[in-house]
Amino acid sequence: MQLRRLWTPLFIAFIVATIAYSENVVRPHPHDNRIHIVYWEKWTGFEGDAIKQVVNYYNTHQNKIHVDLLTISGIENKTLLAVAGGDPPDLAGLYGPNVTQYADDKAVLPLTPFLKKYGINRSQYIPAFWDEGTVNGQQYALPTTPASTALFYNRAMFKAAGMDPDKPRDWHNGNYTIEEMDKDAEKLTKRSPNGQLLVAGFLPSEPGWWNWGWGYFFGGRLWDGKNRITATDPGNIAAYRWIEHFTKEYGTTNLSSFKSGLGQFSSPQNGFMSGKVAMEIQGVWMYHYINMYAPQMCGKDPQFGVAPFPFPASRPDLKGSTFSDEDVITIPRGAKHPDAAFQFIRFLESPKGMDMLCGLQWKMSPLIKNEPGFYRNNKNLLAKFFAEQAMGKNTIPPPKMSIWPQYQNSLSNAYDEVSLLTKTPTQALEEVQREMQPQLLQWRQQEALRAKAEANH
Amino acid sequence: MRNRRRTTLTALAFASPWFLGFCIFMVYPLVASIYFSFCDYSVLRPAIWIGAGNYIHLIHDNIFWTALINTAVYTAIALPVGLIVALGLAMLLNMKVKGMAFYRTLFFIPSLVPLVALAVLMQFIFNGQYGILNVILRDLFPFVHSQSFPPNWLGDPAFSKLVLVFISAWGAGNAMVIYLAGLQDVPVQLYEAADLDGAGFWAKTRNVTLPMISPVILFNLVMGIIGTLQVFTVPYVISPTGSPERSIYFYAMYLYDNAFIYHQMGYACAMGWILFVIIMILTLLSFRLSERHVHYGS
Repeated sequence: MQLRRLWTPLFIAFIVATIAYSENVVRPHPHDNRIHIVYWEKWTGFEGDAIKQVVNYYNTHQNKIHVDLLTISGIENKTLLAVAGGDPPDLAGLYGPNVTQYADDKAVLPLTPFLKKYGINRSQYIPAFWDEGTVNGQQYALPTTPASTALFYNRAMFKAAGMDPDKPRDWHNGNYTIEEMDKDAEKLTKRSPNGQLLVAGFLPSEPGWWNWGWGYFFGGRLWDGKNRITATDPGNIAAYRWIEHFTKEYGTTNLSSFKSGLGQFSSPQNGFMSGKVAMEIQGVWMYHYINMYAPQMCGKDPQFGVAPFPFPASRPDLKGSTFSDEDVITIPRGAKHPDAAFQFIRFLESPKGMDMLCGLQWKMSPLIKNEPGFYRNNKNLLAKFFAEQAMGKNTIPPPKMSIWPQYQNSLSNAYDEVSLLTKTPTQALEEVQREMQPQLLQWRQQEALRAKAEANH
Repeated sequence: MRNRRRTTLTALAFASPWFLGFCIFMVYPLVASIYFSFCDYSVLRPAIWIGAGNYIHLIHDNIFWTALINTAVYTAIALPVGLIVALGLAMLLNMKVKGMAFYRTLFFIPSLVPLVALAVLMQFIFNGQYGILNVILRDLFPFVHSQSFPPNWLGDPAFSKLVLVFISAWGAGNAMVIYLAGLQDVPVQLYEAADLDGAGFWAKTRNVTLPMISPVILFNLVMGIIGTLQVFTVPYVISPTGSPERSIYFYAMYLYDNAFIYHQMGYACAMGWILFVIIMILTLLSFRLSERHVHYGS
């Protein structure tokens, strides 16, 4: 009987103990007299190891702040929910294209006051990378690891097709145009006797991360920066015609089956590394992946080369067009220790911090002045080339608009329609225009509405 | 009297954790979502009342209609296919054959595969270049020299929805088990009487089996309507943008995108309530239409 009476208190005690224990596991209270800041970062693998090393270095080289690094998948959504729930991390490593949307939603704090206080400014950075974190004149994010793009080409395949293996580099003489690349792509393309595509000379959809931006390579623009979507800009239409010609040449099903057979980017079955795609647009990271998954392509006489992406013959002013993008670091709204969080940002954005992080990730630095020997010692032999690319006048950053995710999906649909030949480039882009113009105006109205409501509060 | 009151209080105390949870996690979000559907609300900034603005915007939103039509087409095909496949399997597995427990387990196992794993597996099977299905098709039809054969199933808008219907039928095991339970409840005397009247397999199926399990069919129909109209995981894993050409971009995917990718939670709430009303109408319609055909007899 007495034992029975004990059951309820025992049960309650068990529940309370479990809660207390789990709370302690999740939120430890270390007694080291340091401010603990929580840093969510998305990187895994060698990129994750790099930030771990940087954080460890920071934690062991000062005694006021301790950065608790946590690897988070789907970081943009989880940060959003954490901010909405009032319990965000002190630092969140978002993606560059997120910045405008998150700044508009006031999910991240403006860093401008900190930057002014510590004398960090645009002149210290490659402009394209600083600007991606600027929204309405305020800085909301700083670059962590930046990237630009260029044309990767398979030298061995050029040689086998009887061409100069470094022909794309002719760009320096102003010769290599998109038209020329298309001709070379045709020479490099291989088909089976029944017409099945075996090797593609070039595919605009490989790797497919920048399908939204081909218009810029033909002088197009996606919006006027204010209230007008310009999807039907002649440059965009020219780009989509160029995309269309690949399907016409290879055949719809043939091409789509071929693409579905290409392996994942981060694998030896990657189209470029497995020799199924002879040329493709890729970023600064590619060098590391080739080293990892296709080491046979490296060596003294490498089987691949890199050149700035070609330009249309009629538009020499578009020489050196390159996508510029980056991962960024932000302080979410509601962070418990924004000042301490910025101290870590300060270290990370110093030449020492940036060189450590970017060097360990085999990338270039977003800074103009780096530690001596940064590029000389960088394991990525192409890092300097990509940094120079990003310093050119034809950088293509993701458009800074809150509705960019919608716009990107709409463009991706247009890309499908054109590459499956169900719509002409003009029809497909007109559809994008019809879809996105009202969205843009709605976004502007929302902005006005929200500003008014907040002013009234 | 005191005793009774005490018993009631004790019962309420035991039910209170559930009740509290129900109120916090179900009632509040439901009511709040009605309110938010009339607001401009991004989750991160205070909600601003805009009246029927979201609903009016939905009417003019092409992508909303594309997603709705895709979902309707998918439901119109996947629902009957799922019901028929599950019923057919249940009838086969209701026969008196040796080792039936083994067969029943075998046919139920596919429905235990997690949806994400299923989506990845199906992408392998239906891959245009190396998929096992196309390898078999090429071997079976070596004389077909068309560039469009075999098709790239998931890359072709003409086939992508059908692949999803196939995947949904793959998971028919749950409905099958419910049918099986219903089939086993059909009194044997009815079949014996039908046998005496000289009824064959089809006559027995039409006049005995189907009427007797009609409540189970109705249940599976309603659950099927609810499930297929909310299809999300498999198409989202295959292509978050519903590619090719938004052919597998479904209602729940657009709702999710609005809520969590586009930060338009108010708009997503409005979409959620429209879906709720559609499901409600279809369910009521099924009940109304079934009145004449469903027999709740003993």
